[in-house]
Amino acid sequence: MPLSGLEIYKLLPKTNCKECGFPTCLAFAMKLAAKQAELTACPYVSEEAKAALAAAAAPPIRLIAISSDGRKIEVGNETVMFRHEKTFYHEPGLLVRVKDTQPLEEFKDTVTKAANYSVERVGMELTVSGFAVENASGDPAVFAERVETVKAIANLPLVLISKNPAALEAAIAKLDGSVPLLYAADEDNWQAMAELAEKHGFPLAVRGEGDLAALANLVEQVKNAGVEDIVLDPGTRSPVDTLISLTQIRRLALKKNFRLLGYPVITFPGEGAASEAEEVALAAQHIAKYAGFIVLDHFDPATMYPLLTLRLNIYTDPQKPIQMEPGIYEFGDPTPESPLLTTTNFSLTYFSVAGEVENAGVPAWLLVCDSEGMSVLTAWAAGNFDAEVIAKMVKQFNVADKISHRKIVIPGLVAVISGELEEELPGWEVLVGPREAVDIPAYLKLWQN
Amino acid sequence: MPVTVEIPKENWTGSVREVTLGATAEQGGTRARTVTVGGETTLPFLHFEGEIPNPPVVAIEIQDYYPEDWSPLLKEAWGDVLNDPAAWAEKAEAYGADLIMLRLRGADSEGKKTTPEEAAATVKNVLAATGLPLIVRGPGQAELDNELLVAVAEAAKGERIALGLCEDKNYRTIVAAALAHDQLVISSTPMDVNLSKQLTILISDMNFPLDRILMDPTTGALGYGIEYGYSVMERLRIAALTGDTMTQQPMICFVGEESWRQKESKVNEGVPEAWGDWTKRSITWEALTATTLLHAGADIVTIRHPETVEIVKGFIEKLMMKES
Repeated sequence: MPLSGLEIYKLLPKTNCKECGFPTCLAFAMKLAAKQAELTACPYVSEEAKAALAAAAAPPIRLIAISSDGRKIEVGNETVMFRHEKTFYHEPGLLVRVKDTQPLEEFKDTVTKAANYSVERVGMELTVSGFAVENASGDPAVFAERVETVKAIANLPLVLISKNPAALEAAIAKLDGSVPLLYAADEDNWQAMAELAEKHGFPLAVRGEGDLAALANLVEQVKNAGVEDIVLDPGTRSPVDTLISLTQIRRLALKKNFRLLGYPVITFPGEGAASEAEEVALAAQHIAKYAGFIVLDHFDPATMYPLLTLRLNIYTDPQKPIQMEPGIYEFGDPTPESPLLTTTNFSLTYFSVAGEVENAGVPAWLLVCDSEGMSVLTAWAAGNFDAEVIAKMVKQFNVADKISHRKIVIPGLVAVISGELEEELPGWEVLVGPREAVDIPAYLKLWQN
Repeated sequence: MPVTVEIPKENWTGSVREVTLGATAEQGGTRARTVTVGGETTLPFLHFEGEIPNPPVVAIEIQDYYPEDWSPLLKEAWGDVLNDPAAWAEKAEAYGADLIMLRLRGADSEGKKTTPEEAAATVKNVLAATGLPLIVRGPGQAELDNELLVAVAEAAKGERIALGLCEDKNYRTIVAAALAHDQLVISSTPMDVNLSKQLTILISDMNFPLDRILMDPTTGALGYGIEYGYSVMERLRIAALTGDTMTQQPMICFVGEESWRQKESKVNEGVPEAWGDWTKRSITWEALTATTLLHAGADIVTIRHPETVEIVKGFIEKLMMKES
């Protein structure tokens, strides 16, 4: 947590020697707090002050990365409890768990399907983040073989799950340059686990049993053994327990700058759920409330798609709605006779409309107006999608040069502006389209020039 | 020396207002039971630092005429009762609803406009068919809403039903009717903390008691603006707990309507294979919209599919178990 100017001042020599270029130590401290000066400008600062300032500058939740052949999951470095306070920065990894006791064909099938899964939403390709391979057999050789099998199918980051350091060591030998998360150090095995993680420079998960003080103690021991990249599993599993423990960990890190729990958290929603539906609801909780890695026990497109969508939604920067470039967009080689529709430049609105215009299979023009990234009704209410704005866009993008007819279709939700728009655009006929994008294909099929 | 951990707790000074829907025979109504929502003194399900005296509840949405525009999946799930709101309400109660939300469509299947008498008769039939407290929403056209809801308020006198939606451009008639007949109202604003607060003030300025107002912050479905509603709700709830009295109304989210309106749930033709099984996807869509908003402070979620009701109710039950 950053120090205030006054807190920094207390650490400075307070001699006002001016050698740093500022008139007083206090002025220098204020500049440091505002990150407009470097501590090295002070020739007399103590080692103790340097250490305190360096520690304070470190992020309250450490950034942890796991990777495989360039695919990477980075989590941590979060700064707020609620997304409206700023934004959530690093989407949690959604990983699928496979076990080395599963029949080989089934095992390969799950990995292949999940690795190849990709779904498009608002112009982005959403995919599964990685796999968690569990050494359920207890046999290091079997485990290593299955990790090799996963690697052969998928170039995705891995979590390696075993209580046995020897099994992890055997699996690591098959990794070939990727950086996995080792899961997990507990009260019994932490020394060997820490040694293994330290040796390879891999992040290590530390597992507690529900009590955060015990978890912090374990983290301290692991840290003292030389491991810097740590991921927490508080050991809680039920919906209410995970919500509370993950909230407490985030609060301790952000509000108390409690370093021993200043790490991302890994969750296993399937272990706290009585059904697949409950696992999905719990995974959704972990997306909204503070997980860094979420390990799922089921892979099914019908639940993965909603979860990936939720993750995209929650991690959208509230200050920056995703916007489209205003302009005139073409669908299916439109001619001057093709219909002209208009909508706003809020990405979700655009993609809903664009998808349906494509579906309709009718060549068309779509005028995307600059509504400052707002959806149709919101933009209309804010004066960012009224007759004046639409008329301005029609002129700005020389729409009249592209089409021969003079008909423009406006969204049904803003039917009320059709009169004003006809006044703003003399010679044009304003048609009121459907209220919902889903009804566009039916509308376009009936559209007549 | 072992590390000690002091769990940071928020010292909230405010709380959410308790609002009771329905009235039993003793209270002048005919409901088998009442449902109280609100009363929280902390953020959702954080039992370690405050009280959550009433669990969030699930209302099942029914309509007065056959919902032609609904997803085929919903039509299949409910079957014949879709033609009879009383039978539908009875079945909804059997599926575990805590509340029934009756949505007046404004017109029957032939397009004939609903009269106030017809709306009143439907409400009476539904009240006779179920012992659960009732929410009645108008068709969403100001004039017709007023006409129908005034008749409904009178027909359900003494039942403490919730009437909606009151919007800033149209709330006086509905509030006056609720005031005259001891009903509740739902105040609805488009995803904005200040507008939400302002409408509560306007309604209470009509001498309408605050413990009879539910707040609809406007729901965005998963993938369709859920994050806006989610953050507005978190901000409203934090304001309520901080002591801002005009934000302390329990929140209602129309999850079923928003979720089932979306393409993911409505159709299965020409959609990407990556969307997966239609039924499972649609139910997951509705369930995640509901559970996510419960974590942002929803006190009532309205649901359309019976299987979603089971999932959401089960999840609420687990979230209400005190930390083990």
